[in-house]
Amino acid sequence: MADVTITVDGKKVTAPAGTLLIEACKTAGIEIPAFCYYPGLSLQGACRMCVVRQEKNPKLATACTTAIADGQVFFTETPEITQARKATLQLLLGNHPLDCPVCDAGGECELQDMTFKYGAADSFYAEPKNHREEQKWSPVVYFDRPRCILCYRCVRMCGEGMDVFALGIQNRGSSSVIAPNSPAALNPDDLAHVDCEQCGMCIDACPVGALTSGTYRYKTRPWEMNHVATVCTHCGDGCKTTLGVRSTSDGAEIVRGDNRDKSGMNGDFLCNKGRYAFDFANHDDRITTPLVRNAAGKLEAASWEAAFDHIGRKLRMDVDTRGGETIGVIGGNRLTNEEAYLLQKFARTVLKTNNIDHHRTADHVAFAQALAGQSGRTASLRDTLTSKTVLVVGGDPSNQSPATAWNLRTAVRNSGAKLYIANTEDIKLRRQAKAFVKLQPFGYGALAGFLAGDDSAGSSAVNDVEALKTFRETLKAAEGLLILVGSELRGGDLKKLVEFGLSIPDAKFALLSDYVNSRGAADMGLLPDMLPGYTPLGSERFAEYGKASTPGLDMLEMFDAAAAGKLSALYVVGANPVLRYGIDSAALKDTFVVVQEMFMTETAVLADVVLPAANLYEKAGSVTNHYGDLQQVNKAGDRAGVRSDFEMIVRVADKMGAHIPTLIPFGKGLRSDMGQTRGAQSGEADRHAVWLTAQNLEPRLSPFDPMAILDEIQRLVPGYDKVLRLQLLSGNDQHLETDSTLVQIAGQRKDLVLPSGDTLFTSGTLGHYSAMLLDLQANESRRLPVLDQTAAD
Amino acid sequence: MSAIANSIFSPEAAARFDKLATIYPVKRSALVPMLLYAQDEIGYVSEAAIQEIAKRLDLFDLDVRNVLSYYSMLRTKPAGKYNVQVCTNISCMLRGGYEILDHCKAKLGIGHKQVTADGQFSLEEVECIGACCWAPAMQVNYDFHDDLTTIKVDAILQDYAEGRGKDVK
Ligand code: SF4
Ligand code: SF4
Ligand code: SF4
Ligand code: FES
Ligand code: FES
Repeated sequence: MADVTITVDGKKVTAPAGTLLIEACKTAGIEIPAFCYYPGLSLQGACRMCVVRQEKNPKLATACTTAIADGQVFFTETPEITQARKATLQLLLGNHPLDCPVCDAGGECELQDMTFKYGAADSFYAEPKNHREEQKWSPVVYFDRPRCILCYRCVRMCGEGMDVFALGIQNRGSSSVIAPNSPAALNPDDLAHVDCEQCGMCIDACPVGALTSGTYRYKTRPWEMNHVATVCTHCGDGCKTTLGVRSTSDGAEIVRGDNRDKSGMNGDFLCNKGRYAFDFANHDDRITTPLVRNAAGKLEAASWEAAFDHIGRKLRMDVDTRGGETIGVIGGNRLTNEEAYLLQKFARTVLKTNNIDHHRTADHVAFAQALAGQSGRTASLRDTLTSKTVLVVGGDPSNQSPATAWNLRTAVRNSGAKLYIANTEDIKLRRQAKAFVKLQPFGYGALAGFLAGDDSAGSSAVNDVEALKTFRETLKAAEGLLILVGSELRGGDLKKLVEFGLSIPDAKFALLSDYVNSRGAADMGLLPDMLPGYTPLGSERFAEYGKASTPGLDMLEMFDAAAAGKLSALYVVGANPVLRYGIDSAALKDTFVVVQEMFMTETAVLADVVLPAANLYEKAGSVTNHYGDLQQVNKAGDRAGVRSDFEMIVRVADKMGAHIPTLIPFGKGLRSDMGQTRGAQSGEADRHAVWLTAQNLEPRLSPFDPMAILDEIQRLVPGYDKVLRLQLLSGNDQHLETDSTLVQIAGQRKDLVLPSGDTLFTSGTLGHYSAMLLDLQANESRRLPVLDQTAAD
Repeated sequence: MSAIANSIFSPEAAARFDKLATIYPVKRSALVPMLLYAQDEIGYVSEAAIQEIAKRLDLFDLDVRNVLSYYSMLRTKPAGKYNVQVCTNISCMLRGGYEILDHCKAKLGIGHKQVTADGQFSLEEVECIGACCWAPAMQVNYDFHDDLTTIKVDAILQDYAEGRGKDVK
């Protein structure tokens, strides 16, 4: 809409017509207090804190519901307004317990701030306060009724924002109360509970301390924590999260996860995992000392030096005597890009093997190939908020990629985006869809074929082929289409779907996978047949790796080789393949197994050496979410006795006698004759040093500096050459596109994709060690009904 | 046939509900009348009634409870056979509404929102029942009694106790 100009406190403010006054003021740097107003949710006009005076208007108006028009004149701070706000506060405090000294919100409470600002400290109410005991609605949601100021933010957040509608408002007037959906009368314990997604968004939205979180309540004071912005370690969306950290005697404990600055791609949102499931880091079962299997076959504590020595010697011997092709390497989905890259480089150049893989949760390789030669066709998570039309094929974002689901709901609700869904299941997101196509079991291939133009495939995809034709036509005509693809589509099916999308001008794609750095693991080349950036083996680009161009063993082949006695060693970093692939422990009896892990997982118990590892919240680096958005990871927690995977790989390589400056480009460079072209010293220049000079970067000083590897990633990995350092280091996300001109895949690849099947309350092996997730699983009654119409429709 | 299998309501009420759900532009608009009719039939709004009404209107049980708890004339516990509602709003108050209420309390031996031990009577203090011209007034189930005096109240209660009043709810 056209811009209009209004006058606020004598200052000219320009904003599009129809903008809410409160927002227009915020943009102009004029703060108007608000309790019930929450950007993006429906307007409530309940609290009267935002009152302002409009010229010629006989009464005070609420800034949160006033849409601006040209020429209006407002006053936002006059004695009259101050008095009105003060009176509002006095009313709110009339029944408020004023237990700020013990309240979780103390120090970051909007009611406290406003009381301070307006000096509403004197109360005219002599009546006894209406006290109610605190209620535990779920393991993570607690309700302190007396603190509630009835702003209804939580009710709207849960209903509109989460599409759960678990909170309501009951009774009337001064006895009004926020009520959860599972009333005391229906519960065996005679207490009210909330049967919901447990996201904690209601707690986040609550301006006071009425809703508090099970993980954080009464643990510390906000000002006693350090706040570290990093990336959630759970699903593939990679939300930006802020971890509240407090020092302990053996490191730094994470006490809170939240979303303070809201500057990430996830905006306001964090799901229950991002918010609560950091507690694995503080788990009692963490390994904090290296373990080496002794002569009696028992794992026994050892010093780091002894453990590294042992591994280095054994691996050196295996490479020299049995050859690198008898060694397998498995990386994880929660390593940083730098670690994943280093691990495959270590495998390829030190262990001399291409036997390297990771648990693949979507076919990122086929996806990159399908988009070969295209540019501007991959979407960022941010696009889910701004696209006008979105098609979701497969997957279940509400469960698997909650931030994606949140963005899509927000786009539908606030920007009129149109959502189309095709799924074999009645996924919850269908409630926001313009059209929902229920596919026959395993109907994705047929659907992809049909969309790409093969009409005969229609009947294997759905019952009603005519309706599917309309669906196809609608999509074809869509402007700015975003296609989100679930992990069900792989290989040829995925390519067909992409082919269909490519026929639509400006359509963009994203392939959804399961863990924070699943995409990064594939991008960084944790694959037996592909170098980083989906570069073919033997490519000139990675000439400095040497020329091994035969694909190595994949995950399953490695275990087959082990069972056949042909795998001399297996090096596992942050993965639990034994559980995930149901490996028989006997298969590994003749293999020397090294595991870098936090816990004694099903894989770690079979190891010959276990090295205690730090998790993603305890190290620095970068990760790439499934959209291809790169973000910085910062060290928040700390635990004595553990080391980062990065450091451990470097130490092992060193013990193997590898040339560390080649593995990690640090220090002054390899040759002093940089670029010399003649004479006895001629030869290849130190490409890294040349690159650094060209980029105006200094060499890194430490072999344990992940930045040194980031330099190399940027120099070598297609797509990552576009990384903007300032963007990364400022904690901003940036979308990277695979430079898929390079991708060539010969022949048919095996389908090794195994989706994790995680829900809101599980998170792979890591989830087994989160007391909060276990508690939520036990608590979950899954009665959550999904309706086609609700009160807010 | 009822839109809901195994309705907890009588066939007549169920049929009425089927129809109610179709006559408003938005289904859920039928919520308040349905709650009232459900209360008339069962005597109060039971948990089963909440669940059936939610199902009929495509609402969450919580939505039904939110609305139900707003209205003081809707109850979730059984009332007495004769529910005595005494007005103490402004006109009645000026004309002795509180005396009538206190008299009823003493006479029936129960307080606001309580039920006599034999389940015959329940008592409620209510806001204006629209009979201000003849204040003070009270309502027993759906019958009005106005221009009250304590003597008149005694007679009315006596009539009901002896079965001479209407007991339709
Ligand atoms: S935790 Fe999330 S789903 Fe549960 S009540 Fe709060 S907002 Fe709703
Ligand atoms: S619980 Fe918090 S968010 Fe909900 S109404 Fe009360 S004060 Fe507002
Ligand atoms: S949506 Fe995914 S990335 Fe975001 S908080 Fe939840 S698990 Fe973490
Ligand atoms: S913020 Fe405007 S009325 Fe509450
Ligand atoms: S005030 Fe009692 S009936 Fe109106």
